[in-house]
Amino acid sequence: MATENRKIAFICSKGDLDMAYPALIMGWAALGNGIDVTIFFTFWGLDLVTKKRVDRLEIAPLANTSFKISMMGLPTGNLGIPSILGIIPGMTAFATWFMKKKMKALKVPPVREYIEMLHDGGAKMYGCKMTVDMFGIQKDDFLPQIDGVVTASDFMDMTEGAQIVFI
Amino acid sequence: MASPLSAVRFDAEGFMADRSQWTRGIAEELARQEGLDTLTDRHWAIIDFCRKAGDQTGHAPTLREITGGTGITTKELFGLFPKGPAKKVAKIAGLGKPEGCV
Repeated sequence: MATENRKIAFICSKGDLDMAYPALIMGWAALGNGIDVTIFFTFWGLDLVTKKRVDRLEIAPLANTSFKISMMGLPTGNLGIPSILGIIPGMTAFATWFMKKKMKALKVPPVREYIEMLHDGGAKMYGCKMTVDMFGIQKDDFLPQIDGVVTASDFMDMTEGAQIVFI
Repeated sequence: MASPLSAVRFDAEGFMADRSQWTRGIAEELARQEGLDTLTDRHWAIIDFCRKAGDQTGHAPTLREITGGTGITTKELFGLFPKGPAKKVAKIAGLGKPEGCV
């Protein structure tokens, strides 16, 4: 085909378990449809691609207004998890465990595996230079699928003509 | 000679409307339209798996179901069906658009 390929780029700035998935799922769908994919991990988003953090992403019920008791299958409608419960030790671990269980039931792969799939499918993935410098992250701290560390300006050059999604 | 596709019905997005019309000859013709001139044994391993999955579930398997079910790696799958294996494989296997997200 003579026409230029459609391109999409994601900026992942969040390291919460729930915020990790949007770019992974959409990026994978894009690859499956023949769209070029670039992902830029910045600030907390670097948790998705560092060896120490990738398997330990969490979701906190505290101050999360979308968290409802009904998510656990109880007929409680819009009743939220009271903030006072959110501060109990173990609530974040419980919510994380619960979300992982639900994702597994839907056969959604863990984040580490998703990064491998995206890499094998041809996605280009980069860490943000400024954050890497700020956090003192070394090359060896990254998952091997990461293509390198680039500046904001490099990212702009790489994504010319791409649709950009900030998460 | 009439094209093997002449009697085949397609939906608006170019997927076969009736998967029971599918033959290997049709698959080869559809593959050519997708830019794949020859189908190797590895291509057929994937197509055959998709046909089987289609018979069992009524719809096209997702890419992850294909890699899990055939043992073919993601890298090889994207190499065999470059530029969008999800739609390409489903089209060539005569199935509808894949419905799952992974």
